[in-house]
Amino acid sequence: MSEHKNHISSYKSQIVVLLTLIVLTVLTVTITSVHLGPFNTAAAMLIASVKATIVLLYFMHLKFDEKIYRFMVTLVLAIYAVVIIITFFDYLYRP
Amino acid sequence: MTGNSSTHRLPSYLEYQGKYTGIRSWILSTDHKRIALLYLYSQIFFFLAGLVMGLFMKLELIAPGQQIMGPQAYNALFTVHGLTMIFLFIIPGLAASFGNFMIPIMIGAKDVAFPKLNLFSWYLFIAGAVIILVGIFSGDGPPDTGWTFYAPYSLKTNTNVVLSVFGAFVLGFSSILTGLNFIVTIHRMRAPGMGFFRMPLFIWSLYGTAWIQLLATPVVGITFLMVVADRLLDIGFFDPAKGGDPVLYQHLFWIYSHPAVYIMILPAMGAITEIIVTFSRRTVFGYKAIAMSSLAIAFVGYLVWGHHMFTSGMSETARLIFSFLTFLVAIPSAIKVFNWTATMYKGSISLEPPFWWAMAFIFIFMIGGLTGLILGSVSTDVHVHDTMFVVAHFHYIVFGGAGIAFFAALHYWYPKMFGKMYNKKIANWGLIGLFVGFNTTYLPMFFLGFMGMPRRYYDYLPQFADLNLLSTVGSWVMATSLLLVIVNLLRAKKGTPEEMDNPWGGRTLEWTIESPPSLENFEEIPVIDREPYELKSK
Repeated sequence: MSEHKNHISSYKSQIVVLLTLIVLTVLTVTITSVHLGPFNTAAAMLIASVKATIVLLYFMHLKFDEKIYRFMVTLVLAIYAVVIIITFFDYLYRP
Repeated sequence: MTGNSSTHRLPSYLEYQGKYTGIRSWILSTDHKRIALLYLYSQIFFFLAGLVMGLFMKLELIAPGQQIMGPQAYNALFTVHGLTMIFLFIIPGLAASFGNFMIPIMIGAKDVAFPKLNLFSWYLFIAGAVIILVGIFSGDGPPDTGWTFYAPYSLKTNTNVVLSVFGAFVLGFSSILTGLNFIVTIHRMRAPGMGFFRMPLFIWSLYGTAWIQLLATPVVGITFLMVVADRLLDIGFFDPAKGGDPVLYQHLFWIYSHPAVYIMILPAMGAITEIIVTFSRRTVFGYKAIAMSSLAIAFVGYLVWGHHMFTSGMSETARLIFSFLTFLVAIPSAIKVFNWTATMYKGSISLEPPFWWAMAFIFIFMIGGLTGLILGSVSTDVHVHDTMFVVAHFHYIVFGGAGIAFFAALHYWYPKMFGKMYNKKIANWGLIGLFVGFNTTYLPMFFLGFMGMPRRYYDYLPQFADLNLLSTVGSWVMATSLLLVIVNLLRAKKGTPEEMDNPWGGRTLEWTIESPPSLENFEEIPVIDREPYELKSK
């Protein structure tokens, strides 16, 4: 087992991440007033995914951890994405 | 490989006197083997309860018209039978009991990664069971929705759905934590020299299962909470009148519950692989193919849930996609069956009870698998959907597959777990009776389904009478044989301990230590320098 090194993030990076998350939250709310049909859901989920990715990378230190963990998390998120896309094959094509 | 010397024996995990004695030495133990037995006993108890309910259902169906119960009691009975058998017996299945017992031993570790979390998972399991039980005996009576809790009926019925759904939610947590524990254990605690491709194939199957438990279970957990929210707060997630969609419930439910079939069957396949390799006295044919097929089943199995919904108003495009994906799952499943057959080919087969159980598994599972293709194909599914054909297929897979593999594994690892041997003749006769009884019970259901008999009704038309009578008689043979099997194992437990370190000539790590194993399994962590199924050490 390899020695685990703790990464200490700077205040600056923490604040940048926080501001980005706030901006994206505002964007999530704003976009609901734009009529995109079924793509409203897609847009909301896309923004949510970007936010989740930022949290995972910076707040949960995935960016500074071993590659294998990034690979595992990416794979899991990819599976969820495929599951959601397949579900939408029902909703988008339903008569 | 350096294993344990058997010149002196440490006290076994059954004899070990720790901080606690009596019942507390079990319910407060963090030893993975004791927790495995806690699961094993609880699961067998729930299995017997589910069996009794099944027998009553078959008795009601012995002839047309009302026999021993009315429609409401029958609806409640098949719901509780399903809940018990699925959530309390076969989803924890081989993983919770045999996985817990064998993972650390087969990878050369002293315990799982998080022993306390392991015990906590069992407590959650029991808590979930108690909540479901309270739900059955309180409020406005047991749920009558079927184990699937389909909306909108589960939102409308006056029966006690909320507690049952919440119980299943709690059970889900137990499953998630067990999966998490297994993944970390397999990644972090393998003995030196045991690369991923030196792991026994049972471990590979549990690894795939653990990922499904971890990724799919939260989906159904949230879905169950949505049902509770809909019922208590009237939100309308699944109510079209409030902008909801009942088909969404089915999507969310089956996103978990189809992979759940693989939670049941993957460890079963893993145990069958171990048995076939041991009793064929050969190395396994296609190690990597079997290992990868476990992961492929876990992955593709995640994407096929829609085949449960072909007639529920889903779009044509989605139905075709799901049908196509469903056929893909047949490929890794078939890879396993072909490799098992190839492993036996020219092997020096030893005809011991676990081997016969494994053969029964393959025979019955093949029927279950092939009839699954009829249901996986949109055009044929429409004809047999919601008929007894589905009941037959389901029981061939879940009981005939995972259930029989559970007993196969029990007969295989019994000497290791308890250091004693059961009566082999009775074990074989029990299997023969079970095999005959099982097929007599469920095979007629395929024909009844083709003839148009719907499932989940306490009554039927007179033309279905003969086959239903045959099926009910079969259920008696099956139940008697199961009791014979269980009594045989219980009797053996009272017998005198024998030298049982490796009665089958197994080659994986569990057969290099004493039976029953000591508290920490290995005096020294072994160093692995060979493939898992090599016939002789280098």
